[in-house]
Amino acid sequence: MNFDFTEDQYEIQRIARDLLAARATPEQVRKAAEAKAYDDGLWRELVELGWPGIAVAEEHGGQGLGSVELAILCEELGYTVAPSPFLSTVTAAAVIQTAGSDEQKARWLPGLASGEITGALGSADGLVPDAEAAAVIVLLEDDGARVLARDEVEVTAVESIDPTRRTARVSAPADAGEALPGDVTAGVDRATIAVAADLVGVSRRALDMTLEYVKERHQFGVPVGAFQAVSHKCAQMLRDTEGSRAATYYAAWAADADESQLAEAASLAKAAASEGARDVTASAIQAHGGIGFTWEADLHWLYKRAQVGSVLLGGSSTHRARLTRLLRERLAPATAG
Amino acid sequence: MDLTFSAAEAAFRDELRAWLADNWDADQRPPEGDSAAFAWRRDWQRRLAEGGWAGVHWPREYGGRGATVTESAIFFEELARARAPLPANVLGLLLAGPTIMVWGNEEQKQRYLPPILTGDEIWCQGFSEPDAGSDFAALKTRAVKDGDEWVVTGQKVWTSIAHHAKWCMLVARTDPDAPKHKGLTYFILDMEQPGVQVRPLVQITGEAEFNELFLEEARIPDANVLGGVGNGWKVALTTLMNERSGLAFFLQVRTRQVLDELVEEAARRGLLNDAVIADRIGRLYAKAETLRLLAYRGLTAIEKYGQPGPEGSLTKWLWSETNQELTQFAVDVLGFDALEAGSTWAYELLRARGNTIEGGTTEILKNIVAERVLGLPRLKVAA
Repeated sequence: MNFDFTEDQYEIQRIARDLLAARATPEQVRKAAEAKAYDDGLWRELVELGWPGIAVAEEHGGQGLGSVELAILCEELGYTVAPSPFLSTVTAAAVIQTAGSDEQKARWLPGLASGEITGALGSADGLVPDAEAAAVIVLLEDDGARVLARDEVEVTAVESIDPTRRTARVSAPADAGEALPGDVTAGVDRATIAVAADLVGVSRRALDMTLEYVKERHQFGVPVGAFQAVSHKCAQMLRDTEGSRAATYYAAWAADADESQLAEAASLAKAAASEGARDVTASAIQAHGGIGFTWEADLHWLYKRAQVGSVLLGGSSTHRARLTRLLRERLAPATAG
Repeated sequence: MDLTFSAAEAAFRDELRAWLADNWDADQRPPEGDSAAFAWRRDWQRRLAEGGWAGVHWPREYGGRGATVTESAIFFEELARARAPLPANVLGLLLAGPTIMVWGNEEQKQRYLPPILTGDEIWCQGFSEPDAGSDFAALKTRAVKDGDEWVVTGQKVWTSIAHHAKWCMLVARTDPDAPKHKGLTYFILDMEQPGVQVRPLVQITGEAEFNELFLEEARIPDANVLGGVGNGWKVALTTLMNERSGLAFFLQVRTRQVLDELVEEAARRGLLNDAVIADRIGRLYAKAETLRLLAYRGLTAIEKYGQPGPEGSLTKWLWSETNQELTQFAVDVLGFDALEAGSTWAYELLRARGNTIEGGTTEILKNIVAERVLGLPRLKVAA
């Protein structure tokens, strides 16, 4: 039993933190977000490090590492609210790698892993993050998923409240693209864990910014963080953040090491991280008072990213319903009927 | 990361499971009545001790199994999984024993540790007072030196199982002129003497797990000072630090068992297709799982870094809240049936109200998280 990262995993985390602290500062994020654009320079650096392919098999040009390493990167990118198509690219790759045919994998994974192309993953006929510039789009349907090239679908750019992802509405003719023949659910579970990790990063950042603020800001002659109405809110933020973090890395571990626990763990992670990130970012705004509601305080980027991330690939209630279903199946036949 | 048990941990678990299968009947229920039920748990501890399972986390030199913290967690999980009760002398095993190992002299260790393991001598904890609860260093019970004895006068409260106890971990003020935290001394008090009166405190469940303790010139030999005169705060912290670990694993398994039972009951009543009920089950399930994962992550922190991370304070807070939600949810599922006096669900509902108070209130736990984990400033209050 060891819940800790390996030295190699800590090294990945350290490199990510160093790079992003320098390359995704609040000023740089604001600049890109206000221009409604990705930070292209940042994307090139992520590509140079081979990160889009971190969890893609070596035979398809990736690094062949696992969901834990991917989650570490997603957490740090969420922490810095990086304006980048990273999350959509790696989640599309996760579904193709898990559920795609050999031909589909050979066609799409090398480009996604090398960062030559970007991907997107979303619901058919819905808003899809990062679809605007994606070369390959995986659309989830009631009974599976299709993989489509950009020129097989109609993509209409749509602005969501979160400008760090270039969202679009995607519609595809019924006969376009190819169905993914494999285990789509397992692929989507892997993608879901990556989204949860992004949300964990968002929560952690919101908490860090709040702690810094409430230690500095004085009212009634004391730092406002000394008031229990504020400090207990911060304690709750920590509980939400650490709870979703533990659940997310458990799920990432299950994806790599014990697939029998994957479905349950992925839904646990997403249920916890979605609600956690919404609550924590909302609390962060509240704890900052009026300043927190201003554009320049930069908390709103976190709040908006949390809102979008929390509905991607199912929100808390969707995943709680699935947890109940899984629990019921496990307790069967006692609960059958 | 590796969230599987090592070969040694799995072997420990398998050996324990086999022993429990031979020595514990999962259908057993405690007998009626406080004395009979306590005697039953005392017998259970004796059997655990004979099998070498009473003090799994105690070092071998003191008669324990020398288990790692993970093995100790496994012990509590398996005990709960087998639906066996905690041993009768749980305060002795988890609090008094480890405190004596740290602060006791050789004679004290030889004298007190063996009967803790066998359950022959039961221990209680005399810390809280009517005017010193969360602010426990404000305690007023006085101990005055008289020859080679101390004479103790005062009142303690919330003293669990005092009516069964031979010994009490007693903290009293020995220097009224010293600052609040400095004038305290930790004693081993013999409960069987005229100066000690135990009055049961009937709680909202109707039972009396804890007591008021009235001390009127109770006498303690000087040899029963633990950790030195004036050092009581430090010794007491050793006791309190032990309080929050181990049990979390017993409790998280119990929480899952209760939830499973409720899901089965809801299914029998055809309620699982109700979206609101299903959502609340999912929420409770997620909370129970998060509790388990935080507790496991805390183990890693202890094993690798020698101290728990933030998890230690978070698990008790999360567990107590989850258990209250769970027992309240049972009433929603079962309706009035759950509120029949004496029923398990009615008992669990009422008993859960104490969870957010006992062993550190939720408010105090949040203070601990805010101050010690998040480094937030502490509001100065009038002394």
